[in-house]
Amino acid sequence: MPSYPPEIVAEAVLNGLLTGAVYGLVALGLTLVYGVLHIINFAHGALLTMAMYAAFVAWQVFGLDPYVAILPLVPLFFVLGYAVQRLVIMPASRGEDSNILLVTLGLSIVIENVMLAIFRSDTLSVQVPYAMEVVELGPMLLGFPRVVGFGVAFLVALVLFVLLTMTDTGRAIRAVAKERTGAALVGIDVKHVYAVTFGIGTACLAVAACLLLPFFYVNPRVGNAFVLVAFTIVVLGGMGSVPGALLGGLFIGVVESLSGLYLGDSLGQIGIFIIFILVLLFRPTGLFGAKA
Amino acid sequence: MTGRDLVPIAIFAAVAALLPLFVTAGTWLNFAVFTLIICLAAQGWNILGGYGGQYSFGHAAFFGTAAYATAILQVRFGVSPYLGFGIGIAAAAAVGWVIGALSFRSGLRGSYFALVTLAFAEVFRVLANATEITGGAAGILIKLDVRPENFQFESRATFYWVALALVVVALVVTRALERSRLGAQLVAVRENENAARALGVDALSVKLSAIALSAAITGASGALYAQYFLYLDSTIAYGTWISVEALLAPIIGGAGTVFGPVFGGIVLHSLSEFTKTLVGRIPGLDLVIFGVLLILVVRFPPRDLPSLIRHWRGRR
Repeated sequence: MPSYPPEIVAEAVLNGLLTGAVYGLVALGLTLVYGVLHIINFAHGALLTMAMYAAFVAWQVFGLDPYVAILPLVPLFFVLGYAVQRLVIMPASRGEDSNILLVTLGLSIVIENVMLAIFRSDTLSVQVPYAMEVVELGPMLLGFPRVVGFGVAFLVALVLFVLLTMTDTGRAIRAVAKERTGAALVGIDVKHVYAVTFGIGTACLAVAACLLLPFFYVNPRVGNAFVLVAFTIVVLGGMGSVPGALLGGLFIGVVESLSGLYLGDSLGQIGIFIIFILVLLFRPTGLFGAKA
Repeated sequence: MTGRDLVPIAIFAAVAALLPLFVTAGTWLNFAVFTLIICLAAQGWNILGGYGGQYSFGHAAFFGTAAYATAILQVRFGVSPYLGFGIGIAAAAAVGWVIGALSFRSGLRGSYFALVTLAFAEVFRVLANATEITGGAAGILIKLDVRPENFQFESRATFYWVALALVVVALVVTRALERSRLGAQLVAVRENENAARALGVDALSVKLSAIALSAAITGASGALYAQYFLYLDSTIAYGTWISVEALLAPIIGGAGTVFGPVFGGIVLHSLSEFTKTLVGRIPGLDLVIFGVLLILVVRFPPRDLPSLIRHWRGRR
């Protein structure tokens, strides 16, 4: 294993933290859906791919900067997520775990391959003037788009926190998460709350997609790279735990960055998968306490 | 198992064996062999997923292990491909047993089992891509030397019959499992694991037997793939495509039935060929259809294509 001077390692850790915040945002949507609907949404990665293509099209066709594209894409993907849950997942699942697994797998296959049919398998990226700009922090150079991603990811988490704790919708969501039957008895429309939650999860993906695009690429399979990462974070942070998703995201970002540094690009991915397997096998309730 | 149990399998084998006498075009035989390879992988998945109710998203781990074992033993060690084939199947079964032992002992089931199998397959993919013995990212090529002792045949028809023979063996094994004590226990574990345990079924050992058998059959499919296409890389051997194919065919054809995977595999791939001739080659279109079919099949219980068709006919 090569050894690096501390500045390089510190820079890798910081960059990992920055990327990890965006991973955390991706995981936030997944964990929210799990915590409330108690389903594992296998289409989460494919929906992220779709959001990244949407942001790409917004840039290429309408000339919208990816950061500006957050504004139209968030409501759009909220509605999309709402509709997908209401029209596809809910009717097909009939409350069975294995059905949900298969339906969301089917959805991910459809989305991924529709993207393939439209955009072909080329890897695309946007050219924005600030893509290569850096923020100097002491001796370390941090990519500007990553710094923005970090900030916005935490902002979204804060908004979500306020939404969940201080609004009626948030209270309804938490009530359904805790006690579905009780919530239904006091007059909460559980199906509506499910779909709203799924919509919020998908809207998180729209934000994450716009944050990723300036420093990442998009191809039809890009979501696959994120889906296991997101599941790892969610399992690590405790299924259904919102702060767990953010902390898990930061941790996984650092792990990825360091294993990339020490093991090289091709072997570097393995760190995340092994953590995932180990956590599932030995600590399925997550490291940061369990809610699931 | 009685003789009557084997009649449908014998009829299927006889009808399918006649195909090369009518179809001689290389592309069609190619399609038929590929479909049989998928059916075989799906039959493996069906043992664990269909009869055992443990949905694996990572059968690529078994497919790829046997495929690489066969290829590496031939190319790097000069082992006979037939012996390599056997070793490949054994290696796949061993990998299946280990993955099963790790995950079933930890009590993983449902979505968690699906996720952990997917992660195992990905670990194998990354490792195969990064190590030298597998040929790394460049892949591994089995030398073309068409001789029967090399498990390489002049005519595609011969390969078709070999593939068919393996599918038929898997059908017989599945039927025998269905009629055996192990099969009954496996179905009991699928339906209600706690109740089965209360009745004295050793659920863990039943599931371990199932995953090893399942992995062996899917492994046979992988070894056959390597032998037919003579080339492997990590995304072919351990890619998600084969995990998905292995699961789609039984689910759509009828999981937990003897002919489900074969029926599903043939329907799906005929459909994909049909759309290709109809609208031309649009990448991904066949999988879009597969995905839509999967969603529809799950939407209407009891969840397979025959009942979906019955559902639609009943409505009219």
